[in-house]
Amino acid sequence: MTLEIILFILFALIGAASGVLMITRKNPVMSALFLILNFAALAGVYLLLNAQFIAVVQIIVYAGAIMVLFLFVIMLLRPDAEISILRTNPLLKYVAIGVGVLVFAQLIYLIFFFKPLNITPSDVAERIQIGTVENIGTEIYTKYIIPVQVAGFLLLSATIGALVLAKKKFE
Amino acid sequence: MIPSLQDLFNILPPVIIGAGILIALTLEMFVKPAKKIIPHFAFLVFLFTAYYSLMTMDKETYSLNTLMSGGGLTNILYFIFTFGSAIVVLISYDFIRKKDIVSSEYYILLMSAVLGMMIMASAKDFLMVFLGLEQMSVCFYILAGINRRNLLSNEASLKYFLLGAFATGFIVYGIAFIYGASGSLSYLVITNAIVTGQNITFLTIGLLLFIIGFSFKIAAFPFHMWVPDVYQGAPTTVSAFMSTTGKTAAFAVLIALLLPLFTVGNYQIFGPVLSLLAALSMIYGSIVAIAQKDIKRMLAYSSIAHAGYMLIGIAAGIPAGSAGVIYYLLAYTFMNIGAFGIVAYLEGVEETNLHIEDYAGLANQKPVLAALLSLFMFALAGIPPLAGFFGKYYVFVAAIKAGLVWLALVGIVSSAISVYFYLRLVVYMYFRENSKTITVFDSSYSMLGIIIAALLVIIVGVFPNTVVELITHFIS
Amino acid sequence: MDLWTIIIISIIKILFVVTITLLTVSYLVYFERKISAWVQDRIGPNRVGWYGLLQPFADVFKLFLKEDIVPDASIKSIHTLAPIITLFVAFSTYAVLPWGPPVNIFGYEIPLVLADVNSGILIVLALTSLGVYGITFSGWASGSKYSLLGGVRSSAQMISYEISMGFSVAGVLLISESLRPAAIIESQSGWMWNAFIQPIGFITFLVSAFAETNRLPFDLPEAEPELVGGYHTEYSSMKFAAFFLAEYANMIISSGLIVTLYLGGWQVPYIETFGLSSGWVTMMQIGAFFFKVGAVLFFFIWVRWSIPRFKYNQLMNLGWKVMFPLALVNLVWVAILVMLLN
Repeated sequence: MTLEIILFILFALIGAASGVLMITRKNPVMSALFLILNFAALAGVYLLLNAQFIAVVQIIVYAGAIMVLFLFVIMLLRPDAEISILRTNPLLKYVAIGVGVLVFAQLIYLIFFFKPLNITPSDVAERIQIGTVENIGTEIYTKYIIPVQVAGFLLLSATIGALVLAKKKFE
Repeated sequence: MIPSLQDLFNILPPVIIGAGILIALTLEMFVKPAKKIIPHFAFLVFLFTAYYSLMTMDKETYSLNTLMSGGGLTNILYFIFTFGSAIVVLISYDFIRKKDIVSSEYYILLMSAVLGMMIMASAKDFLMVFLGLEQMSVCFYILAGINRRNLLSNEASLKYFLLGAFATGFIVYGIAFIYGASGSLSYLVITNAIVTGQNITFLTIGLLLFIIGFSFKIAAFPFHMWVPDVYQGAPTTVSAFMSTTGKTAAFAVLIALLLPLFTVGNYQIFGPVLSLLAALSMIYGSIVAIAQKDIKRMLAYSSIAHAGYMLIGIAAGIPAGSAGVIYYLLAYTFMNIGAFGIVAYLEGVEETNLHIEDYAGLANQKPVLAALLSLFMFALAGIPPLAGFFGKYYVFVAAIKAGLVWLALVGIVSSAISVYFYLRLVVYMYFRENSKTITVFDSSYSMLGIIIAALLVIIVGVFPNTVVELITHFIS
Repeated sequence: MDLWTIIIISIIKILFVVTITLLTVSYLVYFERKISAWVQDRIGPNRVGWYGLLQPFADVFKLFLKEDIVPDASIKSIHTLAPIITLFVAFSTYAVLPWGPPVNIFGYEIPLVLADVNSGILIVLALTSLGVYGITFSGWASGSKYSLLGGVRSSAQMISYEISMGFSVAGVLLISESLRPAAIIESQSGWMWNAFIQPIGFITFLVSAFAETNRLPFDLPEAEPELVGGYHTEYSSMKFAAFFLAEYANMIISSGLIVTLYLGGWQVPYIETFGLSSGWVTMMQIGAFFFKVGAVLFFFIWVRWSIPRFKYNQLMNLGWKVMFPLALVNLVWVAILVMLLN
């Protein structure tokens, strides 16, 4: 067993376990905590796939920013409503289980019947280069500059929207 | 490969709109009477872009390593978006002031939404489709809730946002499958992958998920739940905007993606799926609309039915069908904006004058408006020689050519049903006594917009062949 | 170099860094008290040992012998976890900061950094963004309103200032064209320190660093008059010590970052023209790094005893309406500079 496989098993186990713990916790803050752990494990998996930039951005954006927002909402609102939703509509639980089983079955099918594509370079050094910050930066600011600009407009619209919907007073 | 200036020049219409957004934002920050300037500015930007798109239609190009295309069909779609939005600006001008909605942001968001639609229409790559779709949808979510004092508007915004995000989830999931199976996001590569048949199961799953997601956006039957509430709750002009240009953008993506797939032999999975969606949407929309007493809800259900008619054209899988859909979209955009424009014209400050009873005897009080609304109702019902008739005609003919006679029959039956609720409104306006006179705020801007829409509905209806031949020329 | 050598060298380096940090932290507290005494014209600690030099150890013993109180209303597991997270984040950041040039010992070339990774600066940013959780969780899990307020304040503050911090760093990256701390230091040879090239970015980063470390004038999360002690109100004994330790460790890491990013790292300008032997040069460079860090630390303490605490709205206004636009201006300025020089 190479180091890579050992690390993968480690990250995968942490990821799976934290995922299960996340959805079984009664306390939403605990769920959020395990979700953060899950993100960290995912970042580890990204690292193993030579996607260093995405790994770090995963931590900065998801674990560092988005989950803080979640926690804020949970802490300030203290939602206890979700338990009552499941109580008033017990069918929902089975629907959720059904969807989960479906997705799981599809993943299993994917693992056994998917023909991998030969789009990753065979050279190891080249593979490592793909995920570096320099490489991603070059791609984004040359080939994909227009998508990046469009994403910028998207965020701009969302910002205007937040302002329009949340600002207290307009003159 | 660094994009050259030529690349930008090939996709100039979206670039103009993007520049317009930035200029409008800057104006809003530094110029005092921005509230007065920005609507006019937005109108001029839309009009200029529409004009430019028509003028540069002949040059068909791929831009940015086949991420986007310019010219040809794309420019016709650009024209629908921008000219439709120009009319929306006209009908909004006094409506926004009447309702005291934040003005500058409204027009800036209109422009942003149009930018998203243009990117969707020109996209030849799932990356651009997704970005354009999100750009458009985010603006729609905000616009739906922009009337913050109205609870229904807030509800519409939230409902639209939650369901829209859910639909986006389907789309992204589908795109992930497609990328995994083909290793690319480009339409060309994906079509080739289907021809070679590699990982065909996953491609099919991906494309089906993608279609489900887009069915939300075009408001087709099993995924229509949000439509009535959102169209009713959103400010009327926003409903006009969303139901027409937004639908056009979503259909543009479906046509660009699915039409090449129908020519691949042995791969006939989308035809039945789309036919089913089309049939259910038509029947459901037409029947449920009968029960509606609220004009905006009625128009929402009619919008579901129209999505069904348009889906027929795609399900037919032949270029003529798609040309019919685009003609239909052109016609539908102007007749629906006109109809919603009149509803917005008559609407009171608080959400009054929206019930069908309020329109009783309108012909005596506002003869011109009543006549125009009747025109739009006739057009929506598909009565010749108006544009709505030829839209349906081309779509049904394409269906028959493609061997989907049953679908065409379902379409004709549901058209017949829909005549009932469209004409009911006309009957109310002309043949019922008015129990009370409604207070109406006159607006010359809205009138101008409605008249332009009416003229277009007539012109497009009188010269259908010219338009369809132009579209067919670019499709094939 | 085989695997075992690398592991042994790494362990030695880790031990070195952790020991140095722990020692520095304890003496930083001592110096803070001494400097504050000097600023306020007092004497400061002078009882334990010569000039009070053993004071830090006395403090540690005192905290060690205290009872560890866990409030009934708290959520025990998270209450315990929070200081661990804080300490982990504070210490793991040291891994990517180089404190000297690579040295030759017994024929091995050893870089004086624990992990010379490609995206070092990003990792620092990632770890600082995780640092929010320690404080947020401690505030929430204590089951006390003052703690919760402190935790919420702290996370809002850290998130706000992270943005201007990130944008300031972007200016540095434009010049170095790399995220490796070593490359960033090398790009500042001579007097081409980033502090001189992009003074606005330096200032925004400095201010953000104060906010990120929750130091005065931005120590609202633990503002004593209003929040008792903020997020660590309900902590005692060694858990409290962990927060205390982390605060000072964060100060050191911030100083180290400021030195690396803006003050030329371990470089001594034009040292190669002095005609010294290579051993001396290395020694001087390592010394220069610690000297610079010390100077910035002194600045941290100096500011604490000179400027009063901000109000919360002032803090947010400063972050979003002053620091963030300034950081953007700096980015544009550096971009123009790079474009002209190329």
